[in-house]
Amino acid sequence: VCGISGKVSVDGRHAAPSRELLAAMVAAIAHRGPDEQGIYRDRRAGLASARLAIVDIAAGQQPMSDASESQWVVFNGEIFNHVELRRELEAAGRVFRTRSDTEVILHAYAAWGLGCFERFNGQWAIALWNRTEHELVLARDPIGICPLYVRQHGGTVWFASEVKALFADPAVPREIDPAGIDQTFTYWAPLAPTTVFSGIDELLPGTCRVYRGSADGVDHTHWRPTFPEAGATAPWSLDEATQLLQERLAEATRLRMTRADVPVGVYLSGGLDSSVIARLARDSAAGEFRTFSVAFDDAEFDERSYQDQMSSMLGSRHHTVVVGRDAIAAAFPDVIRHTERPVLRTAPTPMFLLSRLVRDEGIKAVLTGEGADEMLAGYDIFREARIREFWARRPDSTLRPLLFDRIYPYLARSPALAKGMAHAFWKRGLDRMGQPGSSHEPRWWTTASIKRMFSAEFAASVAAAPPGDPLASLPAEFSSWSSLARAQYLEITTLLAPYLVSSQGDRMMMAHSVEGRFPFLDRNVVDFCNALPPGYKLANLDEKHILKRFATGLVPPAIARRKKQAYRAPDAAAFVTEGGLVDYAEDALSAPSIADTGVFNPTAVAGLVRKARRLGTDGAAAFGNTDNMALVGILSTQLLDRVFETNGHAGAALQMTSAVLRDIDRTDTAT
Amino acid sequence: MTDLQTTEHAIAVRDFIESTVLFGDSNAISDDDSLTETGVLDSTGILEVISFLEHRYSITFDDSDLVASNFDSINRIASFVATKIV
Repeated sequence: VCGISGKVSVDGRHAAPSRELLAAMVAAIAHRGPDEQGIYRDRRAGLASARLAIVDIAAGQQPMSDASESQWVVFNGEIFNHVELRRELEAAGRVFRTRSDTEVILHAYAAWGLGCFERFNGQWAIALWNRTEHELVLARDPIGICPLYVRQHGGTVWFASEVKALFADPAVPREIDPAGIDQTFTYWAPLAPTTVFSGIDELLPGTCRVYRGSADGVDHTHWRPTFPEAGATAPWSLDEATQLLQERLAEATRLRMTRADVPVGVYLSGGLDSSVIARLARDSAAGEFRTFSVAFDDAEFDERSYQDQMSSMLGSRHHTVVVGRDAIAAAFPDVIRHTERPVLRTAPTPMFLLSRLVRDEGIKAVLTGEGADEMLAGYDIFREARIREFWARRPDSTLRPLLFDRIYPYLARSPALAKGMAHAFWKRGLDRMGQPGSSHEPRWWTTASIKRMFSAEFAASVAAAPPGDPLASLPAEFSSWSSLARAQYLEITTLLAPYLVSSQGDRMMMAHSVEGRFPFLDRNVVDFCNALPPGYKLANLDEKHILKRFATGLVPPAIARRKKQAYRAPDAAAFVTEGGLVDYAEDALSAPSIADTGVFNPTAVAGLVRKARRLGTDGAAAFGNTDNMALVGILSTQLLDRVFETNGHAGAALQMTSAVLRDIDRTDTAT
Repeated sequence: MTDLQTTEHAIAVRDFIESTVLFGDSNAISDDDSLTETGVLDSTGILEVISFLEHRYSITFDDSDLVASNFDSINRIASFVATKIV
């Protein structure tokens, strides 16, 4: 993985960006590619790349051109099927100069045009600039594993892997977009193309944007999740499908282990998904095998016993970072510098600390189990939706909601009140079951209750320009899908892409120059999972049913039998000490700071902070789920404002800190 | 039990919810709004309310008292408290 950025005068009326500006833009994201940086400039365009060298370390330098030096590319990510694509292109007469996947992109685009993107199996953000055709193409992988941000203004287009590279240009204003903040406090993240910064778009996953002569880009979708019609006949028996899934997953894992010129490690969470991936990875590659885990001082979150069982089975060289509350508080401001958006949980922070350990151990790429819960219906939200749908057919039934005891065993042991409260919570919106979004409304409504703490002025600015509604841009065939498929589509597009693979994935790994690789998000695995009938994934209330059918033989029995445990970390408690909140949090949440940022109501925040302080002195103090999300969300909003100086004015250009190794200057060459 | 007492309880409950759950927002709900449907109280929030009531009025709730319908709005809580302290 690498970082890319650039600035292009697509209408040809402005000069190319200076060498210094391009160097500053790429320096801002040098953590993504510490091995080498390169820039290219001609009369209209400047491209820059920070490279983490994993494939063809010697010859894969960027920016790279075709033989005629007309077509240039900068590229972040991996095309895992580059070997197969290259074979196909060579058979068609194309001659390669390197064995890098970057060159495959150039040839694939020349041969197939925009159609090349649907042939790429991998994770990527790409910028293609043709200096003779004056065409700029920006493209992003199907799921959105690799980030890509764009600003188009006055005939000029800026793009970059992270927003901080755009902010390196003093011409780019830094201002909070209320719509992006509002979405964060509903969906946990802004939904592309919205970001938390005004005037800056995130390119949608599975999309490419083409500029020809004007800064109004035209988007083309090359992939989005699609599912069979509800009740469609299954193309495979359950046994056949089980075998096919295992084969596809093994192949996806093998590609990700072996398509690298550096050793690849594996994350072990202690859960089923990463254990299966680790086992398949172990079976696909010879040599030393390295595994990495997060452990917690807080027993409530710790999964060490399972991680140890799995690493013993694998015989891996296992590394663990033990995370305490103070470590979370200490790292959190850096985490927000990398997420570039508020977060409602501290859970990204341990992933940030884990990638630091991985880098310190000399590993550049790791496999994880990310994606299984979305593709194979592992999350509780899918089971909740199934029970609510069943209940909605007889809403006066008092027996049907008792099914919630099956997915939350603590409810069976809870007093009548807690149970009644839980049932009242899930009953809300029951009359809407079957409508788009009904699977997710309990989560969205709970999160949105934090918006009561917005300041009046901020709430008015949201109302004046309301954020986009994901339910307004659903595919036409959405309503023909099964309820599970509809819920999966929303989970993939509103949480996996905007939050999990970003704030908790790419950003936390790339902060320490580590590339994540996700076999469950392989194109062939995803398309296969989506084609399965819902009952193979969620069999009654048994989640990831098809995965468990073959996982049993691959992992220790205790892991195969385990109830799913959601990955969590200490939230508000991480920031509380006996003397109050940690210093920077007291400061960022003080009434003057809150008023200065303007997003939240100082009185409301003061009440929340008072309540949080009691956690440090009163062992019986209560701080609920909503309170936790509010505190972490408000604190991270405040930190974001400080880190990026989002006061509506452009900031000073960042200092250039990295040495540009590769400097291609074509500004004197007529096109 | 008088209506006046119930009203006083309602004011006390509202003060508590406004200061510890709504953090000063007095317009968020009316005394008859469902506290669960409006998302004002999550499961921890309701336990905070119960703990507050037990301290303030020196009463103890039995398990059989703790059903959601007794706690779903400020007025319902106030009426229920009134039945406990006579």
